[in-house]
Amino acid sequence: MDWIQILSNTAESILSPVTFAFVLASLGLALHFGFAGLLNFGIAGFMAIGAYGYALSILRFGFPWWAGILVSIAAAIVFAILLGAPTLRLRGDYLAIVTIAAAEIARLLFLTNTFDDFTGSASGLFGYHNSFREANPLPDGFYGLGPFSYSSTDWWVRIVGLSLLIVVIWLLWALTRSPWGRVLKGIREDEDAVKALGKNVYAYKMQALIIGGVFGALGGVVYALPSAINPTVYVTSLTFFIWTALLLGGAATVFGPVLGSIIFWVLQAFLTNVLPALTQDGAILEGLTSQQGSTLRFILVGIGLMLIVIYRPQGIRGDKRELTFVK
Amino acid sequence: MQLSKTGKRTISAIAAVFAAMMLLLALPVSATADEVGAEFENQIIGNVRVAGEPVEGAKVSVTGNGYSVSTVSDEEGKWSVGVPVVGVYEVAIDRTTIPEEAPIEEFGPLTRQVEFDLTSTVIANYYFGEAEREEVGILAQFLTRLVYGINFGLMLALASVGLSLVFGTTKLSNFAHAEMVTFGAVIALFLSSLNINPFLAILLAVLASGAGGLAQDVVIWRPLRRKGLGIVQLMIVSIGLALTLRYIFQFFIGGSTSQLPSLGGETFNFFGTLTLSTTDIASMAISIAVLISFALWLTMTKTGKATRAISDNVDLAAASGIDVDRVVRYVWVAASALAGLGGILWAYFRPGIKWDMGEKILLLIFAAVVLGGLGTAFGALIGALIVGIMVETSTLILAPDIKYVGALIVLIGVLLVKPTGLLGSKERIG
Amino acid sequence: MSNNEPVKSTGLHIGDAKPGVAKKDPILVADHVTRSFGGLTAVDVEHLEVPRGAITALIGPNGAGKTTFFNLLTGFDTPNTGEMHFDGKSVRGMRSHQIAKLGQVRTFQLTKALSLLTVLENMKLGAGNQLGEGILKSLIPSIWRKQEAEIEERAIELLNRFKLSEKKDDFAASLSGGQRKLLEMARALMTNPSLVMLDEPMAGVNPALTESLLGHVLDLKKEGMTVLFVEHDMHMVRHIADWVVVMAEGKIVAEGPPDSVMEEQAVIDAYLGSHQETDLGVVTGRVDASEGGEKQ
Ligand SMILES: Nc1ncnc2c1ncn2[C@@H]1O[C@H](COP(=O)(O)OP(=O)(O)OP(=O)(O)O)[C@@H](O)[C@H]1O
Ligand SMILES: [Mg+2]
Repeated sequence: MDWIQILSNTAESILSPVTFAFVLASLGLALHFGFAGLLNFGIAGFMAIGAYGYALSILRFGFPWWAGILVSIAAAIVFAILLGAPTLRLRGDYLAIVTIAAAEIARLLFLTNTFDDFTGSASGLFGYHNSFREANPLPDGFYGLGPFSYSSTDWWVRIVGLSLLIVVIWLLWALTRSPWGRVLKGIREDEDAVKALGKNVYAYKMQALIIGGVFGALGGVVYALPSAINPTVYVTSLTFFIWTALLLGGAATVFGPVLGSIIFWVLQAFLTNVLPALTQDGAILEGLTSQQGSTLRFILVGIGLMLIVIYRPQGIRGDKRELTFVK
Repeated sequence: MQLSKTGKRTISAIAAVFAAMMLLLALPVSATADEVGAEFENQIIGNVRVAGEPVEGAKVSVTGNGYSVSTVSDEEGKWSVGVPVVGVYEVAIDRTTIPEEAPIEEFGPLTRQVEFDLTSTVIANYYFGEAEREEVGILAQFLTRLVYGINFGLMLALASVGLSLVFGTTKLSNFAHAEMVTFGAVIALFLSSLNINPFLAILLAVLASGAGGLAQDVVIWRPLRRKGLGIVQLMIVSIGLALTLRYIFQFFIGGSTSQLPSLGGETFNFFGTLTLSTTDIASMAISIAVLISFALWLTMTKTGKATRAISDNVDLAAASGIDVDRVVRYVWVAASALAGLGGILWAYFRPGIKWDMGEKILLLIFAAVVLGGLGTAFGALIGALIVGIMVETSTLILAPDIKYVGALIVLIGVLLVKPTGLLGSKERIG
Repeated sequence: MSNNEPVKSTGLHIGDAKPGVAKKDPILVADHVTRSFGGLTAVDVEHLEVPRGAITALIGPNGAGKTTFFNLLTGFDTPNTGEMHFDGKSVRGMRSHQIAKLGQVRTFQLTKALSLLTVLENMKLGAGNQLGEGILKSLIPSIWRKQEAEIEERAIELLNRFKLSEKKDDFAASLSGGQRKLLEMARALMTNPSLVMLDEPMAGVNPALTESLLGHVLDLKKEGMTVLFVEHDMHMVRHIADWVVVMAEGKIVAEGPPDSVMEEQAVIDAYLGSHQETDLGVVTGRVDASEGGEKQ
């Protein structure tokens, strides 16, 4: 086994756009679930809206890349309002079912052949990079150190992703330590009590749903920045993986989701590299096919999610005093 | 079996005749695509069609990441290529291998980029031109879809009543329930691979599903109830369990679709468009018989009545001497056995068994349960029939690949219009 | 309790003390308010006026509709029919937070402490018109920092009064049941209300704490607030209430100053209706927690 290569591949996942996308989406989910107690099971839908909003506005309407990002944000706001307006006054589990169903509807509509001309159906979207790459201020070439060596284009993707990330982390941090965040936490604990104190709970929940949804959409944009959009990505499993990353780090924290997503992807990358290697002759998992080896990592994700929720519901960075689960 | 289903899907008599001829000629044409790189986990797959008709022998080449390979499409127009690493690939189709009349310009560039993300399969379809719709009487079409819808709805009902009962008795929204649907089918597949009589295999698989439910309750759910986990926490545990089980299935049966052995029998044709095999008819009969027995169990037996008492009010039921844990265990066994049976029947209906087949109908099961009223088994039965019929009949207007969308929109609509009857009554304030 | 007799407000009403009697200066007026659940009419109040600046007790047997009436008055539930005015303003159809903003704040029968917020955060949440609660302004601390400090000061003052200041950095989840009742009341006061509505503030609170809670309620009146509270403890009602309203089966069956209303036949009937065998002394005396806590 080539450990150097494995470790290098693993380390590389820290700066990968997919990891950034996960961090962004799980920060959105942290605002939804960790701070406001909203059960959003449709974060993959927000990501799909973000990714498609970006690519479609460039491909079909000739927008520049930055306008594509603005379109994504606007689309996520509309999606959040559509989801939230009817459900945010109802009990929490309604939002769970409505969001998961809405995310599936969005995915199926992007996937169907019916709108193939517009959405590219099962083949997804590609070739929307010109405007983004032209804006790249870095000269052509290959830069970096060790595992973190990328072409100028790849660096540009990472720089933009990281910048979005920093803005979003600051936003979430600033929002949640403010009196606004206090109201949100109060709503998470008991919305009737907060209503009785004269706060417009519905408006706060809507604001949280919108902002977290926009974070998720930005995750979708970053996912789409480097190469192509593949509709098979935005399935409910993606939502569940992001929940895993969130709960791993700590739902009611700002840096928890960051840490959780990085750990999630570092582990994924490590296992992706190690497990197939372990199935080779003479290794521990000899006798399994390399495909079975790599399927193991998703089995581990599932088991990991169960163990976290049962034994450490507050996550790695959660407050130890919070022995109970949020909500 | 496979044959009649193909006919069903396409509603195209021509396709059915074509396929039948192929079979009659018994040409040594492989049923699946030319297997290039089948040893690799990551697959690029696709379809080639001109005006909806599959194109055989179209040459597709895949290049990228220092790897280059080509393949040809099979008689269903399908092709697949395995690649060693994930990443971006260029897929190109050879113009000379596509029929002259194909509207290439309309389609756009023949070379395209695909990329692997979270999944191990990416799709690159080449559909040239619109499929021509067969003109069949609208009534005949509707009746056909209605019958398929009832059949599908009955299978959905088998899965849904269990989910609803589990919710009623434990307040758990069990996301892993759909995995029990897959479980039944996978066990049936495993047993039939041992050359057991297929009917016996099905029976054993249903029993194994029941045992799986028992194991779940004993190992996971009862201890967690004792531990006092909240409902959101339990729900997320069930998501973890669903992921675990789903990928365990993939671990054992891989990413491809497998078929249960044919049960024999004949295929009957009604008013031109509706084809039903003996298996279809038997499947409906079994569903109905099982659902009726289950309803009798719920209403007539002591345990059945206790189940409903617990759904109404756990504390009251416990106070009046019902052993809640014991009843909940029965519920788990019954729910899982029913789901397993539903999975086996569905495997014949779809047709085929795939590791993520349960996930595909999870939301439909939820839709059925919510539609009928969470926690009430009879509501779930009605809800499942409505959802099944809606999904199938919606294909008269909608493209088949968005047939689930209508059902999901109705799910959301119902939640909004009549929520209290569905997820229990409005909670008391203060 | 007798060594510290509170000063009772008298002369609150105009004319005879009968159900629906007019008050000299009503702060809250309800007309024809009904609410039914299926076949059951939980609330059917013809007319009620709550006197300003006084302590009014709402009493009645379990299931009389007191909590439901509270819910209707505070916008947590919608009446089937009827009109409600607070401070001369119609509040029918207003949402709960809008009503709370008018200065009509309530507590809940089942205490709602915000468990995973600290005691101090619970308190600060109560303050109204916070600049930092707007989504955009929240991003710039310099806008709200000064106000936040003032709020904190007021919160600590109140916590001192309610003897909770030592707990200020603990999660509310760690408080005892009685302490949560205190916290909920203190939090309600952070809104600077003109009418405080307390749903069974004494239930589950031990006798030692009852004394101080009574003191707090009397203080509210001294500060010019109006109090409307639901209570099963007749001792407390007699001790601090200036006016008593009796509900039974959704209707107001009697009204009057505490001493006279307890003697009324309608009140005795209301209580005895459901407790034929119980002696009146038990009914009007301190009700055991076990009895007071029974729920429908
Ligand atoms: N959400 C609801 N759905 C159905 N019935 C309700 C609901 N809320 C209250 N009720 C019924 O309305 C009646 C009045 O209840 P309410 O809680 O107002 O009584 P209460 O006077 O506060 O009693 P207690 O002194 O026990 O608190 C009861 O019969 C109760 O069962
Ligand atoms: Mg009450």
